[in-house]
Amino acid sequence: MTRDARRRLVSTLFVTACGLAVLLALVPLGLVLFFVVSQGVQALNIGFFTRMPRPVGETGGGMLNALVGTLMLTGLAATMAIPIGVISGVYMSEYKGTRLATATRFAADTLNGVPSIVIGIFAYAVAVLPFRQFSAMAGGLALGVMMIPIIARTTEELLLLVPGALREGALALGATRARAVFTVILPAALPGIITGVVLALARIAGETAPLLFTAFNNRFLSTDLRQPIASMTVQIFTYAISPYEDWHRQAWAGALVLVSFVLMCSLVARVVTARVQRLRG
Amino acid sequence: MRSEVVFRIAIGACAVLLIALVAAIGLELARESSLSIRTFGLRFWLTRTWDPVAGEFGALPFIWGTLYSSALALLISTPIALGIAVFISELCPAWLRTPLVFLTELLAAIPSIVYGLWAIFVLVPAVRQLEVSTPSALRALPLFSGPPLGVGMLAAALVLAVMVIPFTSAVAREVLKTVPIVQREAAYALGATRFEAIRSAIFFARTGIVGAIMLGFGRALGETMAVTMVIGNNPQISASLFAPQYTMAAVIANEFTEATDELYLNALVEIGLVLFVITLIVNAGSRVLIWAMSRSAAPVARRPATAPTAA
Repeated sequence: MTRDARRRLVSTLFVTACGLAVLLALVPLGLVLFFVVSQGVQALNIGFFTRMPRPVGETGGGMLNALVGTLMLTGLAATMAIPIGVISGVYMSEYKGTRLATATRFAADTLNGVPSIVIGIFAYAVAVLPFRQFSAMAGGLALGVMMIPIIARTTEELLLLVPGALREGALALGATRARAVFTVILPAALPGIITGVVLALARIAGETAPLLFTAFNNRFLSTDLRQPIASMTVQIFTYAISPYEDWHRQAWAGALVLVSFVLMCSLVARVVTARVQRLRG
Repeated sequence: MRSEVVFRIAIGACAVLLIALVAAIGLELARESSLSIRTFGLRFWLTRTWDPVAGEFGALPFIWGTLYSSALALLISTPIALGIAVFISELCPAWLRTPLVFLTELLAAIPSIVYGLWAIFVLVPAVRQLEVSTPSALRALPLFSGPPLGVGMLAAALVLAVMVIPFTSAVAREVLKTVPIVQREAAYALGATRFEAIRSAIFFARTGIVGAIMLGFGRALGETMAVTMVIGNNPQISASLFAPQYTMAAVIANEFTEATDELYLNALVEIGLVLFVITLIVNAGSRVLIWAMSRSAAPVARRPATAPTAA
């Protein structure tokens, strides 16, 4: 074989290998989705959303307590993380280049890389130990801490995309910095920021590790912030490692609900992003 | 002017809060593990007996399990992730790019607990089948010794690899994007094949690509649920892929609520503290590499700014 033919062959092999890598990564994705859907659909019914868990040995029942719990926990996390995240995002973009902005960006990226289980320990130390009580509050705190850096970084990136002319126009009309930010710049980036928040919510709703010893779990329906609370993820975990056939079915159903939620969030985010990009031209 | 200052301080407070949060995490972990640090000192990390009932805490098996599983996961995921990054950024037709990016992002969006559930009921039986059918000549090697349980290092590494791929490939894609297009054009102009041109781009981006791999490593180190569910949770140090082992994150997840006495709880928090420090170092390192790469990628654009403006 000539040298050129060999080079061409190597090149073709390389391109094929890259294509194969993509297919190889899509195999587990396809398998996970296939099993979640096929196993989940069998176990999913209206009762799953409206009924409470049954005692061991009895079949049927649902995850009402866990659904309510997950909604409450993500809600708590969002109320804590959205203001802090958005405002620190505003700081990073408005005062970019300053030492505090750089430090904040570094802290956000660092926090984003901290394992969720470690954040769970932190929430345990500040919100469970002092009260000697697992609580929805502590779980919300753990999830909120995870959410802050995601929202902060998304907000920063989107604000930097807002055309400079908008800001200059507002300032030229005599608006103060605060006014320019809140009435012109933030609204211009709002669709993107909402997308970021939705994606952050999707990620938070699927977290298990930080809830294990903060929100703990609860067999009963609870809306008390000072009491332990159930969540979809911890419930799936408990059911998955249990020896009961019926609990395994429930776990798959829970996984299907969780994955559908995540998928829906990503699709919404995709559509909004595409529309925003088209508007920008 | 006054309102400007007030505004800056008000929103700056939020930024400071974010920084304080990271510091608070480190401090709280250090405070809640002080008893264990004082009692055991370095011995904690050098001994391998984990016996909470006897009050003996040696965390070496967990360090081993975390490093081993993460390294194996990287071994599997790195070539695949880089292949995906190259395919999406260099090879694939434009219409295919958006769907592929979406699918790889979806891989990252699936919750850890769902991967764990799938791994318990689908992957572990498959791995057990594989282990049973391993020829006995191979089973004699330390790498494949032990009973075929299904749960163990191999299953954990496979799940981890799947979960790490999207992170590494996303960052590697971004890094490849910063390689100047002239780099490739020059290679093609010299008669390079596609592979040779891409190789030169990869070589140009090597710092950033190492950064991308490190970022994946950081993810793998801290991954909890899926690993906890399939690694077998047995604190032993073994090179065998088939042996059930344990990781730092998994022992925290499993034993935290069972830790009744203070020393036990402190020991678990100390494992969390070290996990925190390790991931901090790995992530900071990867970020420095990626940053250095994106800086070196734009030397032409930077030159006017650094050159003296007046002679």
